Order: sequence, then C-alpha cells, then structure tokens
Amino acid sequence: MGYPHQPHPRENTVLSRYFGDAEARSVDGWKSRGGYKALQSALQMDPLAVVNVVKDSGLRGRGGAGFPTGLKWSFMKLGDGKPHYLCCNADESEPGTFKDREIMRWTPHALVEGVAIGAYAIGAETAYIYIRGEFTEPLAIMEQAVADARAAGIIGKNAMGSGKTIDVWVHKGAGAYICGEETALMNSLEGKRGNPRIKPPFPAVSGLFGMPTTINNVETLAAVPHILNHGAEWYKKLSRPDNPKSTGTKLWSVCGNVQRPGNYEVEMGFPFGEFLHDLCGGALPGRKLKAVIPGGSSVPIITIAEAEAGVMDYEGMVACGTMLGSAGCIVFDDAQSMPRQIARLARFYAHESCAQCTQCREGTAWTTKILERMVAGDGTMEDFDTLLSIADNMTGKTICVLSDSCAVPVVSGIQRFRHEFEALIKRTTIHVVPQVIA
Amino acid sequence: MSHGPSASGGALVKAGAHGHDVPHEPVFVGETAARLETLIERYPNRQAALLPALWMLQEARGWVSEAGMVEVAQQLALTPAYVKGVVTFYTMYHQHPVGKYFIQVCTTSPCHVCGAEDVVKAFLEQTGCGELGVTSDDGKFTVIEVECLGACGFATPVMVNSDFLESITPNRVAEVLARYP
Repeated sequence: MGYPHQPHPRENTVLSRYFGDAEARSVDGWKSRGGYKALQSALQMDPLAVVNVVKDSGLRGRGGAGFPTGLKWSFMKLGDGKPHYLCCNADESEPGTFKDREIMRWTPHALVEGVAIGAYAIGAETAYIYIRGEFTEPLAIMEQAVADARAAGIIGKNAMGSGKTIDVWVHKGAGAYICGEETALMNSLEGKRGNPRIKPPFPAVSGLFGMPTTINNVETLAAVPHILNHGAEWYKKLSRPDNPKSTGTKLWSVCGNVQRPGNYEVEMGFPFGEFLHDLCGGALPGRKLKAVIPGGSSVPIITIAEAEAGVMDYEGMVACGTMLGSAGCIVFDDAQSMPRQIARLARFYAHESCAQCTQCREGTAWTTKILERMVAGDGTMEDFDTLLSIADNMTGKTICVLSDSCAVPVVSGIQRFRHEFEALIKRTTIHVVPQVIA
Repeated sequence: MSHGPSASGGALVKAGAHGHDVPHEPVFVGETAARLETLIERYPNRQAALLPALWMLQEARGWVSEAGMVEVAQQLALTPAYVKGVVTFYTMYHQHPVGKYFIQVCTTSPCHVCGAEDVVKAFLEQTGCGELGVTSDDGKFTVIEVECLGACGFATPVMVNSDFLESITPNRVAEVLARYP
C-alpha cells in the first residue's frame, strides 16, 4: 500500500498488506497472519522442488538486475561438500528506493521466512542479512525478529523440527552505496573494503568466503513464501496477459514532486500514467510533471509523456526508453532545472565511486565538475561533446556498473533536456517556476 | 569515500584538536570482549567481524581513533594498516571526534528536489556550526550532508546519532534541536 497513505483500491497488496500494522512484527503476530506455513511446507519438500516452484513462478530479482530467481538458485550445486551461503542484500541505497526499508520495518518475519526458505533451497546452513548502517530502525527490528525466530525454534540448529540447520545473522554495513553491488557486499561482509570483484568467478562458484553463494534482494526473498503458499500459477497470473516475462506484484517507491510519495504495490503491467496521476496523486498544485526516473537513479531519465505511455514491468519500461531497475521512482516537476538535478546525481556517483577503476574514479569526478560549471552559468557548447565522450568511456569498461550508472542520467538527460542546458549556456531564460519551500 | 580529484566534498568531518591526545583505554575487556568473541562465532574467520568490532569501538568511544584501530587489529589478528584501510573506506566511522549530536541531512536528488538544501542551511544556522563538518563551539553539534539515506518518500530524512527522523522541513529544525539538549 502507499504507506503512509491508505491503500489505493487499484493496488494488490501481497507484500505490503501489513505495512503500518505493528502487531505483524512478532512471531505470533506473523503466524496468525499466515506466516511460517510456507517454510514449514518447504522443509518437507526436496530443495530442488522448492527451486522449481520459484523457477516456474517467473519471479525475477527485485534489487535492480531482474535476473530470474529460480535460475539463480539452480546454479548452486547441492551436495558438493562445500559450505553454501545465502546473502540477503538489504543495503538499499539506490536513490529513490525505500521499499526494502518498509518490508523490514513492518514485516521482518516475512524476510526471515524468505531467507530461511532460500537457504534451504540452495543448501546453505548460514545466511546473512546485510543491512546498511544508516537503517537503524530496520536493523533493530530485524535483529529482534531473528532472535525471536531462533528462540521459537523456527531457525537455528533444528529449524522447525526438520533436523536442518538454518542459521540467520544480521550484519550491519558502515556507509557505502557500492556495498549494494553483490560482490562488494560479500567483500564488506568478509571484513574488507567494499570493492566489487571481477566476474567470473560468479558468486555461485566462488562467493562469500570463497564458497558457493547466492545473493538476493529483500523484496525477492519476501515474495518467496507467498509463491509457495499460493503456487507458481497464481503468481504468474499477476501480470499482463501478453507478457509472461514479468510476473507477480512489485513494490514501487515514489518520491520527489508528487502529491503522495510512498510505497505502492501493483501487479506487473500496470499503466504508468494512471499510476503517477491517480495512485500517486499527480503534480503538486499549480505544477506540471516534467520528467521521471522510474527505476532508481541508475536508469535513464524519461519525459513525462514517455512515462504516461509506459507499462510498469521489466519489458514495458525498456519499451519506453528506460528500465525497471529497483522501481525507485523519482518524479520531477516543472519547477526543477534538469541540468541542476543531473549534476546532483553525478555528484552522488562521484562520492560513491570506490575508485578501483580509473574510468569511474576520474569519469564521475570530471562529469560532476563539468556539469556543476554548466549549472553555474559557465558552460560552453563544447561541453556536450566532452560529457558524452566521458560517458562513452565510462560505459561497459569497468568492474561494476557504478560508472555506467553515472553516465546514464547524463546521456539520457542531454538527449531529452538539451534545451535546458543550452539555455544555461546562452544565458537565456527558460520557464522554471520558482520553488516554494513549505 | 572521497578520493583523489573527486568532486565530492562537504561530507568529511574536519579534524578538531580535542580528543586526539587522550590515552586510549582498551574497549575489548570483560563483557565487551566476550560479546566480540560470541559475535565472531557467526563467521568462519575472525576478519569477518571487523565491521561489527569497529561499530563496538565507535559505540564505546564515540569515534574510531588510531589507537582504537590498533586494538581492533590485535583482537582480530589483522594489521593496524589493514584495519585503517577498511575504516577509511566507509563513511560512518568517525575518524575524528564529533559533536555530542552528529546530524546527517540527506541531500541526494529525491531530497534535493524537495528542498533539502534549505534544511541543511537551517541546521547550520541554528546549531551554530556555520559550516559543514565543523563542530559547534559548545561541542554539541556537528552537521554533515549525507548521500541517500534510503527514505526518499519522507524527504528530508535526517539522522541525529542513531535516531532516524522523517519529513524534516526548515521550520521543523528548531523543534528537532530542542529534543537534543
């Protein structure tokens, strides 16, 4: 639901049904809402059967990459004699994204249950939930939930009386966007600097502590119990009939210049125009929406017209020139200067670059310097070529995609809002409504 | 993380003179040492407990000193240089003493479009800090800008030590500060 707002009738609240309901946070509260039934039944199934249900459901990673979850799980070779690990990526730091925070704050046992099922399916006896250090409240709630689940015999040495060991631990990050990248997260968990690793080897071969590892996002794992309870067919139906590649419900975090920012849960394939103008309440009084970044700051910026024609699933977002990413939707209205906003995004990436790769370390810094100079009114027409050339050198040439992510708003922003940059260079006035701060 | 020619800035806490010459009293003794050993059991090696150990150090002392890093290194069988390399990578470990109340204001794009810059200004003025990363003369406050706190729908989120506050506007700053005597 659009927490902190009342659920909208057009939402389908599978994951967010108990947002705002503090009683769902306890073991008993969760059980009385149908919790831990899925884990109980999973533990009586063959691990491969659990993997197959998830595979059949079409569930794809909700952290940003959209990789099929069941397929990822199937890369783990059961019975290879090595310790396996499950990592839950709760480092949610993609600007615009704040859905995992709400899952952990309100339904911590949904995550514990999903983690335990995932661990069982991939043959892991140990799972770590890596939560960013700034999330003090979700950290405290998850620590409590894990301790309570252990005390209730749900996880631990004999999980729900199955004889299986499923240990779950919460690990606190210490401030670094890059630790949301899966290999950086594993390095950080190992007590290292959070530098991403070169792939291959992929985590399923050599991941955490050099052992086979699966890493899944919070929302992905929280969806798994529902899939086991209701079946893969039920999950597949939560989509548009002509697109079987995106299934299930999706939590969309909406922020920026809309009437009702918050988290909304809709089925895959929901019309984006209706979503922005109806569910989110549209523009603030006297303003018009101008641009949208639908999937967290690392996906292309699109115009409001492109967004209004869009469909909210993995393929639908690609069709309107962007990506679903982490579904952190940042909305800009006509009071915003796009060059200024793009410069601010570049500054974020410059700050967060781990500095391993030259293209990223230098590229993010120079991109920021040039953009900030343009915003200050000292830009030249040559700056476009320089920025696009730097962006080209930052794309597809580094260990991880942080570098690409900095280039994305620059390239897509210049493509769609070049006139705003040119107006700054030529020092002509463009119509930007003065911002009023409450 | 701030590196080389990076355009980033502002988030660093400026070194103050006080605090550095205070002798380091060991943190990992008695109950705290036992707590660390229990924590290490969650991992297949001692090094993996580095981030948690540094958190314990910072909770006990308010910041992570060089002497503190040496103590953590000894506890986990690492070198002090290695520990420092890790400490300097992450933004949340204070490498210098900070004010009694450490205030972090999110200014990344989603908050930026909702007026976060004015929230920062209000904090700088009303705490007497005047400048980012500088501790107020009474030692009470340090204000920094922080990159995305992950609560974008509740612009502007602000952290005061471990308290996470949502939807802060310039005219709520006085009320917030009144809660931190």
